[in-house]
Amino acid sequence: MTSTDFSIVLPEVLLAIYGMAALLFAVYTGKDKLAALITWATAAVFVIIALMIGLGGEGSRAAFGGMFIDDAFSRFGKVGVLLAGAAVLVMSCDFLDKRGFAKFEYPILVLFSTIGMMVMVSAGDLMALYLGLELMSLALYVIASFRRDSVKSTEAGLKYFVLGSLSSGLLLYGSSLVYGFSGTTSFAGIISVVQNDVPVGVLFGLVFVMTGLAFKVSAVPFHMWTPDVYEGAPTPTTAFFATAPKLAAMGLFARVLHDAFGGIVGDWQQVLAVIAVASMFLGAIAGIGQQNIKRLMAYSSISHMGFALMGLAAGNAEGVQSAMIYMAIYVTMNIGTFAFIMTMERDGKPVTDISALNLYWRNSPTKALALLVLMFSLAGVPPMLGFFGKLAVLQAAWGAGLVYLAVFGVIASVIGAFYYLRIVYYMYFGAETDPLDKVSSPVTFALLTISALIMLVGIVNMFGVDGMAALAADALVK
Amino acid sequence: MENVLSFVTFLPTVAALVLALFLRGEDAVAQLNAKRLALFATVITFVISLFILFGFDPENTGFQMVEEADWIMGLKYKMGVDGISVLFVMLTTALMPLVIWSAWDVKTRVKEYMIAFLLLETLMLGVFCALDLMLFYLFFEAGLIPMFLIIGIWGGKNRIYAAFKFFLYTFLGSVLMLVAMVAMYIDAGTTDIVQLMAHDFSSETIQVLGFNIIGGFQTLAFLAFFASFAVKMPMWPVHTWLPDAHVQAPTAGSVVLAAILLKMGGYGFLRFSLPMFPVASANLADFILILSVIAVVYASLVALVQSDMKKLIAYSSVAHMGYVTAGIFTFNQQGLDGAIFQMISHGFVSGALFLCVGVIYDRMHTREIDAFGGLVNKMPAYALVFLFFTMANVGLPGTSGFIGEFLTIIGMFQANTWIALVAASGVIFSACYALWLYRRVVLGDLIKESLKTIKDMTPREKWIFAPLVAMTLLLGVYPALVLDLIGPSVSALIDNYHAALPMMADVATH
Repeated sequence: MTSTDFSIVLPEVLLAIYGMAALLFAVYTGKDKLAALITWATAAVFVIIALMIGLGGEGSRAAFGGMFIDDAFSRFGKVGVLLAGAAVLVMSCDFLDKRGFAKFEYPILVLFSTIGMMVMVSAGDLMALYLGLELMSLALYVIASFRRDSVKSTEAGLKYFVLGSLSSGLLLYGSSLVYGFSGTTSFAGIISVVQNDVPVGVLFGLVFVMTGLAFKVSAVPFHMWTPDVYEGAPTPTTAFFATAPKLAAMGLFARVLHDAFGGIVGDWQQVLAVIAVASMFLGAIAGIGQQNIKRLMAYSSISHMGFALMGLAAGNAEGVQSAMIYMAIYVTMNIGTFAFIMTMERDGKPVTDISALNLYWRNSPTKALALLVLMFSLAGVPPMLGFFGKLAVLQAAWGAGLVYLAVFGVIASVIGAFYYLRIVYYMYFGAETDPLDKVSSPVTFALLTISALIMLVGIVNMFGVDGMAALAADALVK
Repeated sequence: MENVLSFVTFLPTVAALVLALFLRGEDAVAQLNAKRLALFATVITFVISLFILFGFDPENTGFQMVEEADWIMGLKYKMGVDGISVLFVMLTTALMPLVIWSAWDVKTRVKEYMIAFLLLETLMLGVFCALDLMLFYLFFEAGLIPMFLIIGIWGGKNRIYAAFKFFLYTFLGSVLMLVAMVAMYIDAGTTDIVQLMAHDFSSETIQVLGFNIIGGFQTLAFLAFFASFAVKMPMWPVHTWLPDAHVQAPTAGSVVLAAILLKMGGYGFLRFSLPMFPVASANLADFILILSVIAVVYASLVALVQSDMKKLIAYSSVAHMGYVTAGIFTFNQQGLDGAIFQMISHGFVSGALFLCVGVIYDRMHTREIDAFGGLVNKMPAYALVFLFFTMANVGLPGTSGFIGEFLTIIGMFQANTWIALVAASGVIFSACYALWLYRRVVLGDLIKESLKTIKDMTPREKWIFAPLVAMTLLLGVYPALVLDLIGPSVSALIDNYHAALPMMADVATH
């Protein structure tokens, strides 16, 4: 029994052991001199574990009495989270080194938060859910305020912490209500109790649980922290915030809604639809006025979360599949974009104003072209892959009869297209200003171009992601 | 050559990739190489596309040279041409070498300019060849990106406003079409255009937000497609992006925009609206006919008062496209034949007119009509060419412009006499603005000091106009060239349309 349980959580255990070993090793030997080494080693471990999970796992298994589930869905989420984490780690090396705050704790904190995300997508119980969520969040609070000497970074960390604790509290309160009215914390138990005729207490609890989760995916109206934290946190941290945790939280969202509350789709569908519409529009409209590219990406991610939630709102397997496809594409695009943002500097200082991109294509045509592809992809213009993500969620929403959601979605995407076009405008037809520095950073360059290439080449066969997302969705929605 | 359509479609992209990856440097040699390679690629594309034309059997009304393969997310990669689309494919491949050649004098970022046009050619050809809904949408929308860059990077003073307006206007129209496409896919279970044409979409009245929608699903889907195609055409009152885009775009960009991109709207009506939503088309035909004649009269009057040559021709395009939409929604052979003929003819004539403006713009760097006058004294060859295309624009018998206008007016006359009457007045207006433009620019005494040293057309410019003059004349005196090709496909389209109507009406009355 126990040995089977541990074989199921083996990836998480291995990661945790590696993390503690790396911590001890670094503390007793070189400390921050080892930062780069540990960063690369952690990224390598992430990739190895991702391969292990992606190639090794099959079927659906549960450990610790259903607390922890290993199925196609959790594997999809974990591989995505690990690869995104690895990409963010390797791209932040140069940036942190240059600014003189390359600390060995950074990769280790990222690692612990990644373990938290892996537990989240595997959660089969409200306790495991909370455990994973807090492990992730606590590490994220710390890396948000990683630049201790910067007021903005500290403010970002504090703001994120205060609001994050509030949302955790709401989630816990919701969980306790669900437990109180259904008599169990395990998802399998909840779904057997919560069928057509639901006690109102469970509904109340469900709404609070959804509030907590909506906070983590930064969906409107729980998005307020996003722009400030994105702006204040050091860019590598922002890159991490925008990718892996979003994927994990969206995975957890799908997991809770279908595994625990799959019997009352009609009750949560409308809530999701409303926050999806609100997120799409707020992200699209509020982003228009932003000059700071990190804030702009914050609003962009709010809008994108709205689209992914539109997929989830469909409340069926197609919906989950489309949301997962959407998230995979979204994460890939954001890795490329943040790899670019990290190289934005003038006279050695990081720049975040988008007008600094004026006529950027004259200096670095390849990078400008790659960013152009990513911007059009984020805007959802074909033939880039971003369009297919939008298409998938539109199909799911229409198929589930949420016609108004699909119509609102495409209108929001036109509004949002404006600010992506504005970046292209600065890069290609802006006014003459001081050019940005030519930063030679092979890693960020590689990540940027690869992510842009994926957006173009991916339309041939999507590298099988659509098939894997379908398997994941089928494992989740029975 | 069974993949000839894909081959022709993607050949320009291959050339663009070669340019992007292997051509280095910004010096004169590199620029010349870029232009030569682009010209070579477009000529080869044209030559290979001749195989499509000669391999095409006009008697067969189905789709030919069909290619099919599985694609992502349950979609299909399917290409094929019928009598209507093969013409547009030929129009595109034939005009692109001239467009590239006309851009020979561009000095800034030549390589990127050529890449943009080569990619645009692929996307335009893809639109006309695609037989899958999503594939069509992909090509249709993706064409915005190179055009956005062409206007934005190489355009005139107010290019940024024009580029954004162009992009967002067309994008908003298209996303509504996307929603309708998703709805059609869910309704019919396929994105295959051939199967969708055979599918009967429901036309039962439904209620939306308390309103009774007559024609139900068909009407809503029709309107969603209409939003996209009407903007693209462009029809009054959503034409306002066109004058801005035309004025700001560089000459070659204006030519492509007027000659090919505008035709996608008309092609879309023929490929989607008519065959897939016959009931809605019938119900909304009067509405579209009225919008069309308003476009004809209104745009002609606006053209009359323009002081910028490109803007004047842009408004004349809007007026001419009014004939196209009116012809399509008459649902008879003459009207549809005329509409398609008008599109092809307008492709050559308006392209040539924009090139004419380009010729003097290159010399004087202004498009103001007042800056010119008496050019005939210094530029006799130019005066002749400009006169020829002015006459073709007016619709002088013997030029292709006449056939298109005449056939559409016959078609309109059968459908609605009043519409035909108003539309025919557009012929007079077009003579007014076109001849007046010609008079002010070319005729009279050459009194402006700045024009005293102006040179006539170079041999390159003459050679660019030669094929356009030849085609305009040829189609004008022997229209059967086009009409024989489209005839069977058009009559099949009309037969299917009429066959669908009573059956649908039965369903609707139940």
